[in-house]
Amino acid sequence: MKKAVETVLPFTSKSSHAIERIRADFPILKREVNGKPLVYLDNAATSQKPLSVIETLRNYYLEDNSNIHRGVHHLSQKATEGYEQGRKNIASFIGAAEPEEIIFVRGTTEGINLVAHSLVKEMIKPGDEILITGMEHHSNIVPWQIVCEQTGAKLSVVPINDKGEIIFEEYEKMLTSNVKFVSIVHISNSLGTVNPIHTMIEMAHDKGIPVLIDGAQTVSHMKIDVKDLDCDFFVFSGHKMFGPTGIGVLYGKRKYLEMMSPYQGGGDMIKSVTFEKTIYNDIPYKFEAGTPNIAGVTALGSAVDYINGVGLDRIYQHEQELLQYATESLLNIDGLRIIGTAKNKSAVISFMLEGIHPHDIGTIIDLEGVAIRTGHHCTQPVMQRFGIPATARASFAVYNTKEEVDVLIRGLDKVKKVFQ
Amino acid sequence: MSELKTLYQDLILDHNKNPRNFKKLTNANRHAEGYNPLCGDQYTIYVQVENDIIREVGFEGSGCAISKASASVMSSLLKGKTIAEAEELITLFQKLVTGTADPMEEIDRVGKLAAFAGVSEFPARVKCASLAWHTLRAALEDKEQVVSTEV
Repeated sequence: MKKAVETVLPFTSKSSHAIERIRADFPILKREVNGKPLVYLDNAATSQKPLSVIETLRNYYLEDNSNIHRGVHHLSQKATEGYEQGRKNIASFIGAAEPEEIIFVRGTTEGINLVAHSLVKEMIKPGDEILITGMEHHSNIVPWQIVCEQTGAKLSVVPINDKGEIIFEEYEKMLTSNVKFVSIVHISNSLGTVNPIHTMIEMAHDKGIPVLIDGAQTVSHMKIDVKDLDCDFFVFSGHKMFGPTGIGVLYGKRKYLEMMSPYQGGGDMIKSVTFEKTIYNDIPYKFEAGTPNIAGVTALGSAVDYINGVGLDRIYQHEQELLQYATESLLNIDGLRIIGTAKNKSAVISFMLEGIHPHDIGTIIDLEGVAIRTGHHCTQPVMQRFGIPATARASFAVYNTKEEVDVLIRGLDKVKKVFQ
Repeated sequence: MSELKTLYQDLILDHNKNPRNFKKLTNANRHAEGYNPLCGDQYTIYVQVENDIIREVGFEGSGCAISKASASVMSSLLKGKTIAEAEELITLFQKLVTGTADPMEEIDRVGKLAAFAGVSEFPARVKCASLAWHTLRAALEDKEQVVSTEV
């Protein structure tokens, strides 16, 4: 792909030409909400989609729609190509050793459930422990609670400090010989904390414990190399990385995927079926029963192309600048408190305004066209840890600008005026 | 700003800032707890009922401006009402916040509650407004379990 000169410049200044070009790729950013230009700051919930991804979805249904695998006709081969190209794109995007280690699922939640069901539930015994952290999303808590209920194993939780960082000494202490599986979030969706997963994986591996990384908040913000990380599983959702909803990825090391039992039975996951015996297919197909989300995978491949075209290094740099600018601007507001002040953060800011409930903040700034999320962000234990019912959360993506941060700040001033 | 005014009316802002009857009733003979797990709003409604008449109401808890003002206005309207009258108010309030009753048509019965008619324009906030009222119904029915907006 030939790159234009401007696209390699960093997006340093306010509203640089480069960022305007990025914004032009996302049609929804042109719309108005409540009569005001949309300021979309809910990217940790889901990102917006570039035209190239929307076009891929559209073209798939207009031109190539057909069922994949085993079809000898032209369209089936086109659809299969698009689907398997998506797998290859994803594999190289996260640095997997081979495309067969990429399993398509509905999203992060299903990826974690698959590992919980097909691996951990099978190998864990009463008295064994599964270790998670105090900042997990419900999707990295509940599947393990179900496994524990069914097996008599115990769920242990590494505590977090007042800044919203994992207490490292506790992690070290809790990695006992009872622990049979570690499942940790890379970037907290409610606190923005970036966990030192490289070291945490190494420490678990020193004790022979496999590790799953929840990368839902990672993939469109930060470069990932699963070989370098050496994680055993890495899961993420397509819709948070400019792709469609309903498609996600489970990366797993071949050695684990091969020893795991199937997740669901059905078509495509078999080599041969008789009423006496069924022979399961090889990976990745063993885990992809039924007609998969072909359009979703094909469009996800296109989302990867989009991210690669912009460049994750530049995305990271731009979002860190936004994080710094937004943090400073927010802290200028009297009575505003940021929840999650870790040293290493992603561009996610949870905050409270003294005496004003996050829901009231959210409703009032929505009338200014600003979309933020308010509530517990599916991390109720984090709320309990900080003794708060909910937060207001602004989360950024590559297409956000400092001007949009200014609109947020003006909106919050208005909130304060209503409640003064 | 006009839309904002329809939701955050002065009466609502006032009751949020200075909630009435915001206390635990030690002599209550009915009470119930209400919880909205989505936003963490949580209230306990206390009622003292004597011969089918509500003598006193109090509430405790925390939540957004809409839920707190709603609980406060509710508590101030209930004293001296019979249980049947309270049930009628609950139904009327529910109709108001879901936009199925016109406050102008029922002006005699609506009174202060008219301030909550704007909630119907904000579907995401209807549960905030209704929480205290659902909880009141549970208290009057003497139900033990916690009322949740997510059933």
